Amino acid sequence: MATTNEEIKVLLKKTPLASAHKKLGAQMVNFGGWYMPVFYTNLMEEHQATREKAGLFDICHMGEIKIKGKKSQELVQQLITRNIDGMPVGKIYLSVICNEKGGIIDDLTTYKIAEDEYMLVTNASTKDKDLQQVLKVKKQLGLTDSEVKVVDISDKIAKFDLQGPNSQLILKKICSADLNSLKFYTFVKGKILDVEAIISRSGYTGELGYEIYFNSKEAVRIWNKLLSVGKNLGLRPIGLGARDTLRLECGMNLYGHEISEEFHPLQSRYGWVVSFDKEFVGKKALEKIKAEGWEKQLVGFEMVDRGIARNCYQIFKNNQRIGWVSSGTYSPTFKKGIGMAYIDKKYDKPGTKLKIKIRDNLVEAKIIKLPFYKRS
Amino acid sequence: MAKTNPKGLKYTKEHEWAKVEGQVVTMGITDHAQELLTSLVFVELPKVGKKTEQTKTLAVVESVKSVSDVYAPVSGEVIEVNTILTKKPEIINEDAFGAGWIVKIKMINFKELDKLMDADSYTKFCQKEKH
Repeated sequence: MATTNEEIKVLLKKTPLASAHKKLGAQMVNFGGWYMPVFYTNLMEEHQATREKAGLFDICHMGEIKIKGKKSQELVQQLITRNIDGMPVGKIYLSVICNEKGGIIDDLTTYKIAEDEYMLVTNASTKDKDLQQVLKVKKQLGLTDSEVKVVDISDKIAKFDLQGPNSQLILKKICSADLNSLKFYTFVKGKILDVEAIISRSGYTGELGYEIYFNSKEAVRIWNKLLSVGKNLGLRPIGLGARDTLRLECGMNLYGHEISEEFHPLQSRYGWVVSFDKEFVGKKALEKIKAEGWEKQLVGFEMVDRGIARNCYQIFKNNQRIGWVSSGTYSPTFKKGIGMAYIDKKYDKPGTKLKIKIRDNLVEAKIIKLPFYKRS
Repeated sequence: MAKTNPKGLKYTKEHEWAKVEGQVVTMGITDHAQELLTSLVFVELPKVGKKTEQTKTLAVVESVKSVSDVYAPVSGEVIEVNTILTKKPEIINEDAFGAGWIVKIKMINFKELDKLMDADSYTKFCQKEKH
């Protein structure tokens, strides 16, 4: 082990819940410069609890950028790849922002808060460069501060994910918003206890679930309250370890693994968030890539032979190296090795057999259509 | 809390245990080790007949998040492997010092045993590592 808990915690950024996690007995790690829980008691149990009952995740490390003003739509439209024409207030879009070459600066969600206001929810490690990109695009469009304001509100906003089949029952106990009629990828404003919050039906687990945003000063109080009202419904705090296995079973991308500025959205299964019927940063490059094709394609795989393929393991076909594992793990739901990989596009058909080098052995795997897991 | 380290076993700094019966050494990982690793989901065993060397990699255990080498406590030859672990690696979590044994080695150099710790020294060693 390179660094102990004691050594790293002074250097790392902390969420308002760092002490609460320690009290719950969490194993803390450095996650992209943040002091975060990887598990509380047991990753497998936490994974299963989220699939079967409910899980609560501290996601305060993620970034929130507020874009407000009469020209905010123009700025967001140029920034993200997805067309926001006709996007109603209360809707959320998953999208990416690209550089001029079509490389992915980040994948993020865009909340339309009001006709003249949006909130971008970014990955933790990419927030600063996302903010730079927003400001750069604003400048390129010649927009003034009176036309659109860009504010990093990450430190003021707490974010929790409450996920799992019992999440709605639990949230209802302390939330006044009408959760029954809240559709997938939409949000409402409401109160959690007496605290103003944004409640969206969304998440990173493939389960029924909510992402909630509110004043970070209230984070500890709401965390403890949720855990206590949810106890009888099986709610547990969930670390980043299970967050990773849950998202991977759903074939969801993770920045730094499936996506980065080295990859474009068309090869990373994000083609559906790219709208070529409007202007945006990176469009020209992506049109060229679309016309000419690309070499490496993101696919899902499962192990045929025994073994767990992990990040960066090399992939072979007919003794040729054709790619690498971008994320690999043991699936607690399916009880076998699964993962995502970049491989030569000509081999990307589901059912194709591959060999993955695990230590000294070439172990058989096959391509599987994503997602591995779909909620029944 | 980890189970008490049984007297009569020998221990390595890498958290393996070794039970010596004549020339045959049965080995596994300690309860303290399985607790640190959490739920094991995969075990890679050596082939019977493999030559082992003290402190060199003998097997691999994996949890959802981690891959860890298991080292040979003594030099010799693998004479038996606990094949049930390939189907049920969780046996190591449940009974690290018993049913969760990993490999039996036919030892070639008894002097190597002097490099291993007894139960009391190993318990102290674990406590020291924690602080």
